[in-house]
Amino acid sequence: LFGSLISTYLVYKGRSVVGPYPRDVLNIPFTSISTFDLLMSSLMMVLALAAVQRGDMKWGKIWLFSTALLGTVFLGGQVIEFTDFVHKGLTLQTNLFGCTFFVLTGTHGAHVTVGVLWLFTLWVRALQGKLGPAHAMTVEITGLYWHFVDVVWIVIFTVVYLIQ
Amino acid sequence: MSTQPEQGAAHPTVGVYLRVAAALVILTVLEVGVFYVPAFRPVLVPVLLVLSAAKFALVVMFYMHLRADSRVFSFLFGAPFVLAVVVLVALLFLFLGALTLRGAAGAG
Repeated sequence: LFGSLISTYLVYKGRSVVGPYPRDVLNIPFTSISTFDLLMSSLMMVLALAAVQRGDMKWGKIWLFSTALLGTVFLGGQVIEFTDFVHKGLTLQTNLFGCTFFVLTGTHGAHVTVGVLWLFTLWVRALQGKLGPAHAMTVEITGLYWHFVDVVWIVIFTVVYLIQ
Repeated sequence: MSTQPEQGAAHPTVGVYLRVAAALVILTVLEVGVFYVPAFRPVLVPVLLVLSAAKFALVVMFYMHLRADSRVFSFLFGAPFVLAVVVLVALLFLFLGALTLRGAAGAG
């Protein structure tokens, strides 16, 4: 899925007939902070897994909540970015850049949303006492999904934002 | 699901996780720094791709535990990844070539 979407973005890169173009709208400092946020969420995730595996549910809950919170912050950043782009005249229908950009980053954002909901669900189960060391594999699988979302963003950040 | 992870596949320690996070932050700072330094313009793309690949590898090896886990998991991750790269390269060759030829024909 992401291979195809990134390919499509690259194929149509630089082929927009009308603006706004990437250099007109992309905010590298802002997106760098979002990238840092997502990388730190991956750290929180592995710390959560380590805590659950050793039976330290107090820290397990804290790291799970931190991961979900950082994921929510990333999504908030994406909402701000998309709103800013629309105000600058870039929508899904404006040009090839708008179409491929919103589909690619929007699909990634949808995956982050699923991950955040999944993490909050685990956190609530931990609060209810229904998540413990016996469920470490559940946390591990959630973590694998979250890191997958992270590595996809690592590629998107480079290909879309930095290689203009 | 309520199974314990296999003890044979030892996960990295918290210290390793923190060092990997520090490396990821440094690599990201380097990426953004390289983007803004005009001297790097001629080699910007290869440098960014190498830095990005390093970040990708760190997350996959240490946070996704593929470095310590069974090779079956490496294959399960690596095979679709190679497929995705092949799809990406194939689509780029197919469509970039077609668009370039069409552009040249239009110009001619």
